[in-house]
Amino acid sequence: MTIGDGVAVRAERVSRQYLMGTTVIRAVDDVTLEVRAGEFVALLGSSGSGKSTLLNLMAGLDRPTGGAIFANAKNLSEMSSLELARYRSRTVGMVFQSFNLLPRMTLEENVELPLRLAEVDRDDRGKRVQEALERVRLEKRLTHRPSELSGGEQQRAALARALVNRPTLLFADEPTGNLDSATGESIMLLLKEIQQKLGMTIVMVTHERPLAERFADRIAALADGKLVSNGMKS
Amino acid sequence: MKARDLGELALRNLREAVLRNSLTTLGVAVGVASLVAMLSLGVGLQELATKRLSNSGLFDTVIVTQRRNMGGMRRPEASPTPEKEARALDEDARKQFERLPNVVEVYPQIRFPTEVRYNGIPYSTIVAGVPASAQTTGAYDGIQGSFFSGPNADEAILQIEFAKDLSPQTATLLGKDLVVRYAEREALSPQSGTSNADAKDAGAGGFSIVPREKKLRIVGIVETEPAAGFGGLGSGRLLIPLEVASTLRAAQVNDLRDAVRATNGKSDYASLTVRAKSPTQVEGIETAIKSMGFGTFSLLDATRNLRLFFTIFDLLLAIFGSLALAVATLGIINTLVMAILERRREIGILKALGAADRDVKQLFFVEAGVMGLFGGVLGVGFGWFIGRALTWGTNIYLHRQNLPSAHVFSVPWWLVLGAIAFAVIVSLVAGLYPATRAARLNPVEALRYE
Repeated sequence: MTIGDGVAVRAERVSRQYLMGTTVIRAVDDVTLEVRAGEFVALLGSSGSGKSTLLNLMAGLDRPTGGAIFANAKNLSEMSSLELARYRSRTVGMVFQSFNLLPRMTLEENVELPLRLAEVDRDDRGKRVQEALERVRLEKRLTHRPSELSGGEQQRAALARALVNRPTLLFADEPTGNLDSATGESIMLLLKEIQQKLGMTIVMVTHERPLAERFADRIAALADGKLVSNGMKS
Repeated sequence: MKARDLGELALRNLREAVLRNSLTTLGVAVGVASLVAMLSLGVGLQELATKRLSNSGLFDTVIVTQRRNMGGMRRPEASPTPEKEARALDEDARKQFERLPNVVEVYPQIRFPTEVRYNGIPYSTIVAGVPASAQTTGAYDGIQGSFFSGPNADEAILQIEFAKDLSPQTATLLGKDLVVRYAEREALSPQSGTSNADAKDAGAGGFSIVPREKKLRIVGIVETEPAAGFGGLGSGRLLIPLEVASTLRAAQVNDLRDAVRATNGKSDYASLTVRAKSPTQVEGIETAIKSMGFGTFSLLDATRNLRLFFTIFDLLLAIFGSLALAVATLGIINTLVMAILERRREIGILKALGAADRDVKQLFFVEAGVMGLFGGVLGVGFGWFIGRALTWGTNIYLHRQNLPSAHVFSVPWWLVLGAIAFAVIVSLVAGLYPATRAARLNPVEALRYE
């Protein structure tokens, strides 16, 4: 799903402001960013730089207060809430720092959840869950609950859940933030493998420059809500 | 989300907070039980009253007389039927009434004064003929002893007060004999052409009065004469089979009047009792008989008022019963609002994975509906048990008061289905606010929630 010239998602002069009491917080301030199809882009920045907010806007979890975000040849800010939900369900896969698996569900049920929401036929679900778990090498942990898995395994399970609906865009918000460096690296390798094998577009938020430099094709750095550099790997 | 997935997720969520959801469901059940108990009591009392009144014979019967006989008894009518020429209330008319739809039986009222001798002591009282069908209507369910062994049995049933006059130990009267002394009509000059119900009966040609005696065996004792009708002599205190009463050819009050009035030489009935299948059919039968040119009388207005009374009574009971359900509704709202707080992050995850607002809303709705459904079913069960307990307790009390047992409680199928449906609807309404609130949650904020 590209917007012409191989662009997967484009933020055009996007702003996101919050009101805290009488103070206006500019979380994202006039940012223009283009992510090409099949590209691995790292959004780099310190805490409070606005990188997660920008990611949420591109993932359709939030709406910008200014500017526009184009994906699937459509302006996300003009979509109804139902259209936005469909976009999240069918085009986007999301991975979070804290995994966000539902603790009372087994791994299989967690991975099946997006298929339920996308109203995929029950007959196809088992195969797709199996396929997604095989991709992250967790096919033998189907009946385990998240609490029975290690941090790395949980993040891999979250990755399987993000992939099960076969999205074209994968948004990862600090996917290694809760993991030790070795496990973090294994997750990054997995992301890279997914990008290369599936040709998936990946946008990852991180504050670890070395990780971004090693795995991302391009780095977009943010500070105080503004894009301060784009494309340069130091 | 598809309905099956929605149901599965809702049930899973309910199972996960099993204690809280069970308590909420129990709250709904108590509310429904209270409603069911109240309404069942109302329905039961209504059925009891209707049955008792129906057994009294006042509400499912139409008394038919020749139009000229009715006098001041006739009920004022909003739209009187067109007057027709007064017809004779004879055997032809009786057969015609029997052919009317919803008519169970038609029988004459036989009621005459008599002197009863028991143990050589005379007692004055009223004898009334009782049709054999009275046994099947339940009117004699509370009888002490038994009903007549047959339509021609020389047996008598006593009204309790009269029985007490004969002997303070009323139970000892059963099986004893008494003698009834009465005045028999004997035709003076039977006329040719008398082809009526009883050709032997004294007709227009006049009759003489001959004193007779009849020995009867006491077989039963009742509180009052059921189906007393509207006889001018009041309730009978000594009841005998109608067939026996008619063979006695006892002189009745209207005989003298008819003797001077009749001109056509035919013997007529003073009045006929037409019994309908149920009180609701009385109106149609009454109209049909009126249009034939007869005078009628029934307690139709009274039954209408009775229905109105019970409608208001049931409404009041339903309002009181609903109070507990209103409290249960608050319980559902509380449970679901708490669930939103607890599951805030989960809602955020669902939305991040592609759940639309309506999916989240429906999920909470289904959870509320399931609690309502389970609460409703459970509540109907509780309500039924309360009813059984009430009936049991009431009957113990009635038994101690030497009164016949009564079924004061009734749970008709419409109440079962209605109560469950009401519980589900109330729960859905209660779930409306929490579901809407959950659906509106901002996914980014929800995901931040710890």
